[in-house]
Amino acid sequence: MSVYLLRRLIQAGGVVLAMSIIVFIGVFAIGDPVEILISPDADQMERERAVAALGLDKPLWHQYLIFLGKAAQGDLGRSFVFNEPALELILQRMPATLELAFAATFGAILIGLPLGLYAGLRPNSVGSKAIMAGSILGFSLPTFWVGLMLIMVFAVQLGWLPSTGRGDTVEVLGTRWSFLTWNGLQHLAMPALNLALFKISLVIRLTRAGVRETMLMDYVKFARAKGLSPFRVTFVHVFKNILIPVVTVTGLEFGSTIAFSVVTESIFAWPGMGKLIIDSINVLDRPVIVAYLMIVVLMFITINLIVDLMYSVLDPRVRLESK
Amino acid sequence: MRNSIRNTAVAAVSAMIVGMPAAQAQQAQTLNMGVGSPVTSLDPHYHQLSPNNAVSDMIFGKLVETDHAARNIPGLAESWRAVGPTVWEFKLRPNVTFHNGNAFTAEDVVATIQRLPNVPNSPSSYAAYARPIVRMEIVDPLTIRFHTAEPYPLLPLDMTNVRILDSETHANVTTDQFNNGSAAIGTGPWRVVNHRNGDRIEFVRNDSYWGDKPAFARVNYRMVTNNATRTASLLSGDLDVIDQVPTSDLARLRRDPNFSVSETVGLRLIFLGLDHLRGADENSPQITDNDGRPLGRNPLADVRVRRALSMAIDRKAIAERVMEGAATPSGQFLPPGTYSHVPGLEAPEYNPDAARRLLTEAGYPNGFRITLSGPNDRYVNDARIIQAVGQMWTRIGVRTAVEAQTWSTFVGRAGRQEFSSFLIGWGSNPDASHPLRNILGTYSRERGWGASNRGRFSNAEVDALLTQSLSELDEQKREQLMIQAQRIAADQVAVIPMHIQTNMWATRRGLTHQARVDELTRAQDTRPAAAR
Amino acid sequence: MSAVVGQGAPIEDPAKIKVETPFRRFCSEFAESKLALGGLIVISIIILVAILAPFISPQDPYDLAVLDIMDGRLEPGEKSGDGSITYWLGTDDQGRDMLSGIMYGLRISLTVGAGSAFIAVMIGASLGLAAAYAGGRTDSIIMRVVDLQLSFPSILVALMILAFLGKSVTNVIIAIVVVEWAYYARTVRGTALVERRREYIEAAECLALPRYRILFRHLLPNCLPPLIVIGTMQVARAIALEATLSFLGLGVPITEPSLGLLIANGYEYMLSGKYWISFYPGIALLVTIVAINLVGDQLRDVLNPRLQK
Repeated sequence: MSVYLLRRLIQAGGVVLAMSIIVFIGVFAIGDPVEILISPDADQMERERAVAALGLDKPLWHQYLIFLGKAAQGDLGRSFVFNEPALELILQRMPATLELAFAATFGAILIGLPLGLYAGLRPNSVGSKAIMAGSILGFSLPTFWVGLMLIMVFAVQLGWLPSTGRGDTVEVLGTRWSFLTWNGLQHLAMPALNLALFKISLVIRLTRAGVRETMLMDYVKFARAKGLSPFRVTFVHVFKNILIPVVTVTGLEFGSTIAFSVVTESIFAWPGMGKLIIDSINVLDRPVIVAYLMIVVLMFITINLIVDLMYSVLDPRVRLESK
Repeated sequence: MRNSIRNTAVAAVSAMIVGMPAAQAQQAQTLNMGVGSPVTSLDPHYHQLSPNNAVSDMIFGKLVETDHAARNIPGLAESWRAVGPTVWEFKLRPNVTFHNGNAFTAEDVVATIQRLPNVPNSPSSYAAYARPIVRMEIVDPLTIRFHTAEPYPLLPLDMTNVRILDSETHANVTTDQFNNGSAAIGTGPWRVVNHRNGDRIEFVRNDSYWGDKPAFARVNYRMVTNNATRTASLLSGDLDVIDQVPTSDLARLRRDPNFSVSETVGLRLIFLGLDHLRGADENSPQITDNDGRPLGRNPLADVRVRRALSMAIDRKAIAERVMEGAATPSGQFLPPGTYSHVPGLEAPEYNPDAARRLLTEAGYPNGFRITLSGPNDRYVNDARIIQAVGQMWTRIGVRTAVEAQTWSTFVGRAGRQEFSSFLIGWGSNPDASHPLRNILGTYSRERGWGASNRGRFSNAEVDALLTQSLSELDEQKREQLMIQAQRIAADQVAVIPMHIQTNMWATRRGLTHQARVDELTRAQDTRPAAAR
Repeated sequence: MSAVVGQGAPIEDPAKIKVETPFRRFCSEFAESKLALGGLIVISIIILVAILAPFISPQDPYDLAVLDIMDGRLEPGEKSGDGSITYWLGTDDQGRDMLSGIMYGLRISLTVGAGSAFIAVMIGASLGLAAAYAGGRTDSIIMRVVDLQLSFPSILVALMILAFLGKSVTNVIIAIVVVEWAYYARTVRGTALVERRREYIEAAECLALPRYRILFRHLLPNCLPPLIVIGTMQVARAIALEATLSFLGLGVPITEPSLGLLIANGYEYMLSGKYWISFYPGIALLVTIVAINLVGDQLRDVLNPRLQK
């Protein structure tokens, strides 16, 4: 087990390294941060000063080596735009995004699982047909459009929820969380729903497919034949078996929720990492892009590791490889 | 039991009713503003950027302030004059204090000017405003003289960009200290209480401000970058004032009695840059003949072609339809009524027939193919404008492909002269030396000219007039020189001017916002509307 | 093995084959669901419209010369300034006939959706299967590349591809494939890990069948059901992702709008009551995706070896 973990750790290092190289080359190819950041009336001298100040006057490989050297000491560089340590900037914004992603994921499971279960157990009922049709809406409408519609309906027309921004926060363990206040929850509701829409559909569909399949399996048939209550059959035998794909996908989706919360965050003016990264990409703030991706990569690797570990817990047929 | 519940309920309701006026009064005291562009720092000398300047103008003061029409007005200096060809003298305002109680004196000005070139890691510094000053002389605590190497008429204008710091508090201050609020101490009408980077800045009124008292006790300055949601937040009542009103929402907001729109013609010209770099017998990168083969010559080197392209554009239609009225067609950088505006230089007349004739004269009776590039996230309706221009050019036989891309990729490519024609904007100072030096002057590192001259226009006469004007201290003579230079550039179609943007703010009913030509969104410009 | 069966078939009674070819069985099973059949018909119509768009649309919405901004944002049913055409679904800000725009937009959206889904599923499924079956180092390498890929925001990938290759429909497809293949790899691997421990694989291994055969004839069919679920969703997801990229200014060229770009263009007009600019393309998108999914759902049920009666 520890050998397995150690090897995953070394692999993670390789992935992070590869990622940083890609970003350096990628950002270099996209454009010149100074051209974007500099005031249009800056003369050539001022432009050269800015290029030198941001360390962009050296060849790319040299810049990369400097970055590596500093990264080894835990310094991922300072944001070109904010002149703050990139890592700090991201960690400041992280709680807001994590909160949003957790709310969306829990919401998706809470809503998606029962609906999917119902649709799978009674595939021909009108209710389940409606659920399946509704679930299509969830992933066919673009997020940005649904987001604006939510604001139009719940904030502008009905006035039930605040339109944008993050509400009051409470400081716990040095970070600000908004889900602990009523005002914060109100602000959280719409963006979380917006972000969850796709996932709800996904969970519904995966659950339904899984249920339909497992119901025909021999062990379920056997369990029913044995006269176990339908409740027990559903929630012990069937449920356990469909959890695998649901866990995989939800785990995966949790990562992508964080990585792709960009659109939701910019529509709802949610001050999270997603908004930071899109702003940073727009101005090619390389230190922030690199630091952000490093964090996200590590997060993905951890999530995937957890998912793999959960496989072996949920399904004894899967054994972790350690050869 | 039931009774007690009812009693509690009654008590709660009455508490709410009693509490309501207080809560409402509290709310009225807080101004919620939503701005479309993020502020990157509270350090007033760190990053030259309009949103930063707007916030800096709420916290700090400047020797020379500008009014809503961008005219210089006394700020921390009560008056200024050139006492010699190379000496400017500023008389400072007495009895002004910083937020921390320190008195404002000439020492503070010296310390501020000294800091300008020394802000570490600045991506776009204010150093240029300190460069012409070779020596500072404190005559008395309220009089300061700036000595320049050569006659420098633009010094007062430069001072409208320099926010004054406190020499005591801000010795060796870092950008971080401004950002966390601890050093955000100025002489301005607002004090920072909370700053959350990229999200919001909270201010309280500075009750000891020397000028007009702001109308609100608190300001919640929020960055809502998405256009549609910014409007939606105003509609839902979460925001009281928004800037950069999307043109698509303009009609609705004007109609709705619950909101009002304040607007002014701005100082930002949207224009098309053209490839002047390639000579008459060279290929321009994005121009081909009608079959897609290289032409072997650059049609844009011929002034008749440039004129034809300019005449083919129906600017009125673009201003009315694409911009929904939020733009004024223009033939030059500055709007009427501004210093160094060229009188009588109108936007070229829309005349597709004459344009076709000019093309034939120039040897392109069947036109050619061109790609018109532009950003899609920078200027108001930028991608829509280039499509409209594409329609119009195609109609005179110049088959136009339209390519819109994000500013991040666009600006680099434009700077490497990869485009044959491109849409770009210029937010000008109210002084033609600004566009002349940066866009129309020949690209030259030594002189510091033409850094934004991405089409590489070059004209010896324009350069000569510009050189002359830059050392002319007589404002009238200087204006005439610049007008002459602009006329020549317009005649040569250095760029194809399109329109000047209208700057717009929208407020909820009961508030008015003073629209500014310089696009800055500041809380002191919002006041309760006068009772009718 | 299969070749032997194929050669053996003609010897049997021809009448019997007519009754029971796999294709016929597939068709009759598919047709069992009226809904799916309806979906199939709708998709066929949509594809037909998309293919025939240049011949049946009132206007060529990609030709700037026929657009006129003076006809911009006309309401549904209004006539053009010169009276030559009636805009049954209104026009967008450039004076583009929405009906023509939708017909042409369908072509782009379907190409992007189906193209990127197909390629992404192919790459993802093969690599996922290979990872699960081979295990060890192969698995590690593939899965770490997957990790790397999943953590890259699609926007950044699209920007990089845009910077390297320029803006075009093909490049949008490439960007989406690059972003999405990793999902399939991850999902297929998850399923395959479970499946490869099952008895039938062990049996096949005991028979010493060649590896590729076990992989593609035994493992793959049993991993198909979840793959089809996500595959059909992926067409929808790709179309929506393309819309999002367009919304961020990174999608298809603005003069060749897809359904997604039409919606993104109309987005800003939603607040001002000019609903038609994004509403009608939205409806077209919705109908397309619903139809694809109805067909996909039924396909999955029919193809699932375990659901066969």
